[in-house]
Amino acid sequence: MASIKGSRRRGIALHLPLVIGTLVSAFPFYWAVIMSTHSSSEIFSYPPKLLPGTHFLENVRNLFDAVDFFGSMWNSLLVAVSVTFLVLLFDSLAAFVFAKFDFPGKGMLFGLLMVIFMVPAQLSVIPQFVLMAKIGWIGSMTALIVPAAANAFGIFWMRQYMKTAIHDELLDASRLDGANFLRQYWHVALPVVRPGLAFLGIFTFMGQWNDFAWPLIALTNPGNVTLQVALSQLNGTHGTTDYGIVMTGALLALVPLLIVFAVGAKQIIGDLAKGAVRG
Amino acid sequence: MAVLEQTPPAVAQPATARPRTGLRKYWHLYAAISPFYLIFLGFGLFPVGFSLYLSFHRWDGLGSMEWAGLSQYQYLLSDSDFWNSIGNTIIIWALATFPMIFLAMITAVMLNSAVRFKSLYRVAYFLPNVTSVVAIAIVFGSIFSTNAGMVNAVLQAVGIDQVAWLNTPWGIKVTIAALMTWQWTGYNAIIFLAGLQTIPGDLYEAARMDGAGPVQTFFRITLPLLRPTLLFVLVVSTVTGLQSFSEPQVLLQTSSNDSTFAGGPGHSGQTMVLYFFQQTFDNNDFGYGAAVAWGIFLVVVLFSIINWRLVQRRGD
Repeated sequence: MASIKGSRRRGIALHLPLVIGTLVSAFPFYWAVIMSTHSSSEIFSYPPKLLPGTHFLENVRNLFDAVDFFGSMWNSLLVAVSVTFLVLLFDSLAAFVFAKFDFPGKGMLFGLLMVIFMVPAQLSVIPQFVLMAKIGWIGSMTALIVPAAANAFGIFWMRQYMKTAIHDELLDASRLDGANFLRQYWHVALPVVRPGLAFLGIFTFMGQWNDFAWPLIALTNPGNVTLQVALSQLNGTHGTTDYGIVMTGALLALVPLLIVFAVGAKQIIGDLAKGAVRG
Repeated sequence: MAVLEQTPPAVAQPATARPRTGLRKYWHLYAAISPFYLIFLGFGLFPVGFSLYLSFHRWDGLGSMEWAGLSQYQYLLSDSDFWNSIGNTIIIWALATFPMIFLAMITAVMLNSAVRFKSLYRVAYFLPNVTSVVAIAIVFGSIFSTNAGMVNAVLQAVGIDQVAWLNTPWGIKVTIAALMTWQWTGYNAIIFLAGLQTIPGDLYEAARMDGAGPVQTFFRITLPLLRPTLLFVLVVSTVTGLQSFSEPQVLLQTSSNDSTFAGGPGHSGQTMVLYFFQQTFDNNDFGYGAAVAWGIFLVVVLFSIINWRLVQRRGD
């Protein structure tokens, strides 16, 4: 029998490392908040500042002067929302077909999908760039949206989800009622897999919002970029980097993500782990 | 690939339907899956084929292509900068992955023992993973800055000399690895936690009855049963870790003069993918860039196979 004292000691031994881990997780966010309230010269003085300063509004003003913050945020939003919408539509349609219907060539087409899943991104960067330069998409958001509009991961993941979530009896019943393919998709499949769509949607949105390598290459007009590229421009100005401004930009760029995460945290964490364990 | 062999429940067609040709009967199904395959054709199959073609040519992206045979690949094999980038990538990967898996597993085991505030911890640990790499690399650059960074301030407070983190070969690698570890430990802890929760509780009960201590229980029960999850985590970390780009690019873009893809002083933070971008888009050497991309692909595949083998063999 463990005494109350013993179990309390065990509790502390367990919580202490967990709390330290939480602090380490949170510290960079705290640091960004603190840095965004100081001027660049304060940031580079010793000892490091651990309490808020008074330059936040000034930094925000300078940030908006230095880059088209809202313009690039709008671009990021446009790309992330369009891609999320298209991915949800195309991936769930394809997943529904692969999960619940049979047709000639199905095995081969699905096998192809799994192979595509494993092809690394760099292999397609150059040809994609050349192709898009030819059709005139380089420099525009179309270059980011179209290639991302459907993906193998989402189809595979949704198919696994739909296989168990949508019962065949439901589909049979709806067919007897005379429902065609699209009606089945819309009225039978989609309502059942709504949690799966929420996961895929949040996951896609965050991935697009954070995407960096391809936008850096494809958005050749420095005045018309996504938020991540704008941030890196801010950081990359040789010699004259104003850390107060850069930190403020980094902080403000995190806000929309944190909101999405706050709304969907439970969904993301639960479903992500489920997929990994199922394998 | 076992999933492929399963035939799904065939949906019976109404018996009264007249036999129709495949395409007419199934056109709506093909139409429903077509967007993915169309996009794949344009931005997947064509690019992969074209990049193979390109790697046997010399091309600056504008002029005419010149047949180069195997010379791009011959040069790649003797290119010390490419080998340097492979070395950097693997060192950074190892510096990030092993501490990360160790910490993630410990965290998962602690969270798995009936602890209060579990869901709160899970959210806190997952948070680093949802932040943009660009923003957080900027923040890490400041935390690790030589004169005014938090890390050096702490070192100084305990009497250790300052380290020029972003200016020395090892400092650069450690900083990049620290960023990756910070961003992925919680994510992997949550995956390990889910794996732990599939282990039946009576196994632990039996072990305790047999007098096994916590360490013995961990190595005899937890670790072997967690092997599939460990494999998943290792493979994902390998594939993503060996293709790291944003972390070194943002952290080091200002500290070298010649190229924003140079990876800091002495190229000591230049990963394989950074090298690919430098050759392709700074040097406009599209043919060689394509060869580098295939080189990276080969390294990633080889490394994944080695990892797979190691983990599979251990417990057997």
